Amino acid sequence: MSTVKMISLRVKSMKNIQKIVKTMKVVSAAKYAKAKKDLLVARPYGTSTKVFYDKLDLKDPQEQTLLIAITSDRGLCGALHKNVSTKIKEEFAKRPENSKIVCVGEKSRGLLQGQYGKSFLGVADQIGRKPPTFLDASRISNILFTTPYKYTSGKIIFNESKSVVSYLTSVVSVFTLRTLNAAPGLRVYDSLDDDLLQSYLEFSVTSLVFYALKEAAASEQSSRVNAMDQASKTAGNMISELTMVLNKTRQAAITTELIEIISGATAAKKDSGV
Amino acid sequence: MAALTRSIFPSVRLLSRAVVQGISSRGYADEMSFTFAAANQVFYHNKNVKQIDVPSFSGAFGILPKHVPTLAVLKPGVVTVYEIDGGKQDIFVSSGTVTINEDSSVQILAEEAQPVQNLDASAAREVLQQAQSEFASASSDVAKAEAAIAIEVGEALVKATS
Repeated sequence: MSTVKMISLRVKSMKNIQKIVKTMKVVSAAKYAKAKKDLLVARPYGTSTKVFYDKLDLKDPQEQTLLIAITSDRGLCGALHKNVSTKIKEEFAKRPENSKIVCVGEKSRGLLQGQYGKSFLGVADQIGRKPPTFLDASRISNILFTTPYKYTSGKIIFNESKSVVSYLTSVVSVFTLRTLNAAPGLRVYDSLDDDLLQSYLEFSVTSLVFYALKEAAASEQSSRVNAMDQASKTAGNMISELTMVLNKTRQAAITTELIEIISGATAAKKDSGV
Repeated sequence: MAALTRSIFPSVRLLSRAVVQGISSRGYADEMSFTFAAANQVFYHNKNVKQIDVPSFSGAFGILPKHVPTLAVLKPGVVTVYEIDGGKQDIFVSSGTVTINEDSSVQILAEEAQPVQNLDASAAREVLQQAQSEFASASSDVAKAEAAIAIEVGEALVKATS
């Protein structure tokens, strides 16, 4: 049976954990507020980038695919990163020979390396410490445009922030010049050449990555707020349970001591023969 | 007399705005659905405007409703938006894309954009000087190209502020 000292130490450490978790919740709530403000700007940016591709009615040639997993370096935020890697696994399973993966953030790398390490094209880390910038996005899209791997379409998989309590793991498609040129919808557009299309493509892919990063950042923070909230509740429950046990043990110890004294005294009385 | 014109003027302006809106709401195709967003700010979102002048690598051009669908890549410079009510806004852009679709919807996406009145002339000159010195000291081809782009942006900034 645990002693009073041991239990009180456990209660103390639980209280410390609860404090840390609560602080983390407050910090992520503040970070979420900022990420949400950023997202208000990034969302029209992302949706208007998509307009052109939606209008083109592009056909995915179903050849080489590139999967881009948008996560971050930080954990402790629920099943968020796990959801992205599950989706990647699903997409990968569709065409295992013709798929490659680009990981953004250490978390997706950690989750996917064991099984798909050989199909990695690149990993972009240092994501998630600070709010994502356009420079981060161009660093990632640089991997997409400089790779020797000849892919025909790409899929960015990220968590789209729906509200404070929910997110949705979504997919945004990106294309390459070859796929774009094959699209019948492109004929409507006037005075195009490959140079212009390539520049246009590079910029719009970067914009889409930027948008995905912003969405992912916002959903990560909101998810962390919820995870920390849950954790501090659990810690609270454990504290009250442990306090109960502590009181019981302490009282039991006192009772035992009292019984010992009383029975000792009774024995002494009997001995004196009064 | 001056007081009289002053009192009449707002009503005249109000009238003309009503007329303009009346005309533009007649046919859908005469309207532009204009979106101008940058990574740092959204200026217009599905708004109807009169005309937009953009600097692009294939030359500067103006966009009116029913413009032929096309794509363009923005050059560092000033985008001028003429609003329906006669207002005009000059916005400096560093780089980006212009998309004009068949249904007269126009999307301008910029990496970084700021209204010209927010720019500081002396800071712009500093940017240009710094870019020029970087260009001079650049050793690799990539660094040289990057510095050349910075110079282009710097020159456009100085031109926009002067």
